[in-house]
Amino acid sequence: MNMQSDSITEQAKEDAPKGISSFLKHWVFTTNHKDIGTLYLCLSFMMFFVGGAMALVLRAELFIPGLQLVSPNFYNVLVTMHGLIMLLTVIMPVAVGLANWQIPMMIGAPDMALPRLNNMSFWILVFAILLLGSTIFMDGGGPNFGWTMYVPLSTSFGPPSTDFLIFSVHMLGISSILGSINIIATIINMRAPGMTWMKLPMFVWTWLVTAFLLLTIMPVLAGAVTMMLADRNFGTSFFNSAGGGDPLLFQHLFWFFGHPEVYVLILPAFGVISQVIPTFSRKKLFGYNRMVVATLSIAFLSLTVWAHHMFTSGLPLAAEIYFMYATMLIAIPTGIKIFNWLATMYRGSITFETPMLFAVGFIVMFTFGGFTGIMMSIAPSDFQYQDSYFIVGHFHYVLVPGAVFAYMAGIYYWLPKWCGRMYSETLGQWHFWLMVIATNLTFFPMHFLGLAGMPRRIPDYALQFTNFNMIVTVGAFIFGFSQLIFLYNVVRTIKRGSRTTAQVWDGAEGLEWTLSSPPPHHSFQTPPDIK
Amino acid sequence: MKSRKSNLSYLQQSLTGIGMSMPISAMAEWGINLPKGVTPVSRDIYDLHMLTMAICAGIGLIVYSFLIFILFRYRRSRGAKPADFDNNSTLENIWTVTPFLILVAMAIPSTLVLIDMEDESNADITIKITGSQWQWHYAYLDKDIEFYSRLSTPTEQIHGKAKKGEWYLLEVDKPLVLPVNQKVRFLVTSDDVIHSWWVPELGVKRDAIPGYIHESWAKILEPGIYRGQCAELCGIDHAFMPIVVKAVTEQEFTQWLAQQNKPRLTEQTDDWKMDTEMRAGREHYMRYCAACHQEDGSGNPPLFPALTNSSVVVGKPISRHIDLVLQGVPGSAMPAFAGQLSNAEIAAIITYERNAWDHDTGDLITPEQVQMRRLKTSDTRATQP
Amino acid sequence: MNVQPKKHTSNNQYFVPQPSVWPISLCASIILFFIGAANWLHYHWFGPYLLYLGLLCILGAMCAWFTNVIRENKASNYNTQVGYSFRWGMIWFIFSEVLFFASFFGALFYTRAFSVPELSGAIRPLTHILLWPDFTGGWPLLHNPDNRQFLGANSVGNIWRIPALNTLLLLSSGVTLTIAHWGLCLKRRAVLICGLFFTILLGATFLGCQASEYYAAYQQHGLTLNAGSYGSLFFLLTGFHGAHVTIGSTMLIVMLIRSIQGDFSPENHFAFSATAWYWHFVDVVWLMLFIFFYWI
Repeated sequence: MNMQSDSITEQAKEDAPKGISSFLKHWVFTTNHKDIGTLYLCLSFMMFFVGGAMALVLRAELFIPGLQLVSPNFYNVLVTMHGLIMLLTVIMPVAVGLANWQIPMMIGAPDMALPRLNNMSFWILVFAILLLGSTIFMDGGGPNFGWTMYVPLSTSFGPPSTDFLIFSVHMLGISSILGSINIIATIINMRAPGMTWMKLPMFVWTWLVTAFLLLTIMPVLAGAVTMMLADRNFGTSFFNSAGGGDPLLFQHLFWFFGHPEVYVLILPAFGVISQVIPTFSRKKLFGYNRMVVATLSIAFLSLTVWAHHMFTSGLPLAAEIYFMYATMLIAIPTGIKIFNWLATMYRGSITFETPMLFAVGFIVMFTFGGFTGIMMSIAPSDFQYQDSYFIVGHFHYVLVPGAVFAYMAGIYYWLPKWCGRMYSETLGQWHFWLMVIATNLTFFPMHFLGLAGMPRRIPDYALQFTNFNMIVTVGAFIFGFSQLIFLYNVVRTIKRGSRTTAQVWDGAEGLEWTLSSPPPHHSFQTPPDIK
Repeated sequence: MKSRKSNLSYLQQSLTGIGMSMPISAMAEWGINLPKGVTPVSRDIYDLHMLTMAICAGIGLIVYSFLIFILFRYRRSRGAKPADFDNNSTLENIWTVTPFLILVAMAIPSTLVLIDMEDESNADITIKITGSQWQWHYAYLDKDIEFYSRLSTPTEQIHGKAKKGEWYLLEVDKPLVLPVNQKVRFLVTSDDVIHSWWVPELGVKRDAIPGYIHESWAKILEPGIYRGQCAELCGIDHAFMPIVVKAVTEQEFTQWLAQQNKPRLTEQTDDWKMDTEMRAGREHYMRYCAACHQEDGSGNPPLFPALTNSSVVVGKPISRHIDLVLQGVPGSAMPAFAGQLSNAEIAAIITYERNAWDHDTGDLITPEQVQMRRLKTSDTRATQP
Repeated sequence: MNVQPKKHTSNNQYFVPQPSVWPISLCASIILFFIGAANWLHYHWFGPYLLYLGLLCILGAMCAWFTNVIRENKASNYNTQVGYSFRWGMIWFIFSEVLFFASFFGALFYTRAFSVPELSGAIRPLTHILLWPDFTGGWPLLHNPDNRQFLGANSVGNIWRIPALNTLLLLSSGVTLTIAHWGLCLKRRAVLICGLFFTILLGATFLGCQASEYYAAYQQHGLTLNAGSYGSLFFLLTGFHGAHVTIGSTMLIVMLIRSIQGDFSPENHFAFSATAWYWHFVDVVWLMLFIFFYWI
């Protein structure tokens, strides 16, 4: 087995071109889904450290009351950039990277449907990030109004760099839209014969649904920021009451994008969990059909609940009641998924390698984030939670021990397949347990702070919030430094991890595990047989 | 974790360096729950919050116990062999319908509380609340009383040059005084960007949207002082515009109403000397101007122009400088201070600006000069949407 | 299992293109365009030049990329499955464009149903009474809450002149395009070319009429971008629509040239179909505009 993998790797090395032009061909002009997947993953990992460093500056400022480190304006810039970077340049690209690597292999396709478009989706993301980052250094400072960009703070009172931010958002949108078109075309059109809809791996289902969501919401964000640009530069009044407009129109448009966006972030994560849990329980996923229906329901419902972000902004009563009910409903398909994962593990034969640790950690802590979400869906209660640290605690729970844990599970799970080498299980366990401790230390006390009355997006706070803020800051630093273990583990694996087989995990099922580790540069040039 | 320790020790050094003693053990709290509050709405919200939390805790207990059981009982190292079922319709139906019923049970009381919260009719007293950068303006609509309410924590405390007081960042110069046991209707709006008026113990949070009025209400049941903060990012001093509501008995409220004066727009003084005016001017400048134009006058161009060596600030005519402060610059972040500050305050600020840093105009502006410009431009109110 | 990377594919295999410089070139062109736009908005002298250069590079990169695709098609590298990929790609791209227009129609709906009535006191009274007592609302909105900041307009154009004419022009162009398609399928080259030509002519006429409507709006009616919500929505909705008509017309011109060159056959004319779908989409958006903005 090992020798065959060796000879395949040698073959791949021989075929790979050499020199500067070969570097360009391999990494810059590539049309290969595996290389593009690697590019996305590396970009996302880099931006994770950038956004994380910003978070550490924020938390250092918040260690004790008083303004010590940064000016309030720069604090607001960091708050804005931390949000934009983590959501749009870390979590989304890591999910796209996993999609690029895995989807063609999982459906028995030779590559994505439109490989050159795939390349463009990646590089336009890179240019968008460069433009976004450059705004920090512009005259007047970077954008300082939160990732939610509420008007008129971002229109009449926004710094000049805001216009550059708007164009960066346009480019980020183009990247997502083109990528989604590609994913949809791939999944519809490139499945190997015999790979019927109800045989599709859950990761592929969740990405299909996510891609549709992205196609629906990204253009609306583009429209909203275009109206912002017009209000700022062309004297229009979309969001200005003096001309017949309304700042709340921006919020409606933004959250019509913003709420489904969080499901865009989490649905592929659900897909990863649905791959990992059956493997390490050595048992098929429980309730596959309903998992598919639940995924579709979550996506559909997510398009109908956006104004629960606006409960305190003066919506009519009927709207508040509708949005409260619709938001509460999302708990049902989400609950179905969690119960089905538990039922998969029940009467399985479970081992606890690192991917499984992250998957179980996900179930525990994402569920907790879901509970606080249910609490927030109750509109009267949300009047106390909205714009407080309770909200910050909630969304960090569903995003960090939620999405990030799941994507880390996916990386530990599939990394041996991608590079044919096994990661260090010891380092993986250290990484996991440090993250569990750090995540809870950092984000759990935020709920108490919010209930006690601490608003969000503030660089300085009243004395009674000090104790919990100190704990949060300590947790954040542990979190930050534990990522270095992950980085070291990944790099070490690629360079000198021990060789692994095609199967890698004995409970793993799916077309990707029929390929060698690492898989050939072009896989499935003739479609495989599906059983 | 070596780096983490050196982070902490850096902070400790900087704290010692600025001579601050941390009153943390005295003031910090470990409170972990929503306050019950002092209004029927805040108490209803508290009950809903506890109900939802209890239900979630109950479900969590069941789910997590089951998970822990599974993780122990079905480990391969214990010899567990995998079963091969992969669906059970009855079970799946149960765990679809049961959550739905639980949600309906939560939705009913929630709807009732929501309907009550949004019913501002039959109010006894109406207050118009206007948020601006970075203060609140209160107007008692039928009583012709209005004033600005600003953070009163000294800047020395914020910058670590003095020990922080008990109500650091939660104290104002003029609280909103309200009577107990009367239904108070709040009409919330803004002068510039979106703010949010939030007092947790009253159970009130309402976004202040420029150009629109949105209503809320509260009926305070117990006298006391209730503190809150702005709850929507509104610029650099978002953390520095708190709310203080002082609830008093109806008798005390009537007395307070009687004591209110009209705004002091035409205050005059005979004793106008450069050194006292520079001191007063510096204090006012730090409070009202330095947030944007900076302590050293360098501003943050292009949004916040530099005052140092600006032709407006050191050049003539002086009336141009006074007009700019009175009327602001419409369409920019520079507000009109005519309605917010008295002639004496504005005169002191302008005197300070014209003589601070490396300016030496020697100009001493009097309140009378400011009053003359007010009359000339006949613009005595802050710009309203 | 076959693991050798292949350079040429047989007709049974899905064509996976070689590494290509055009995607990243297009990305670089796009960022150049946007940086030019942002700097132009900030009155930097080089802004417009960068914008035009970016636009030129975008067109160049797209030309080069599509030339590659056309060449690969002509070399019979594409099987039916590749054709489906292109079709799904174009359909979902048009879907995303529909959603972009939907955001502006959403703004129109919200402004007419919520903002303006709220400001004029038709929903809840206090905003009107306390903040905008002189504002009476109505649609088209000629007088704004603050007419010093947003100037309002004197009048609006007659819907049954240019707008109705424009509707006729676009609907007709849909007909001529369909006729051209029939000509293609029936191998009637003259029908194809004339059909395409008249479609382009009608599209260009539409753009000319739209330009004259803008001119009349500014000169005659005082309806400008700064006129308040009515002007904002009018210019952005019709403006983006006009931009899409321009893009569609460009695509049609390319199709005309390729038709004259004989590039298309009844079995193999995806580019024509994609252009036709795009043109029909642009037509439908105009119908929505006509009904929901001009008429109702």
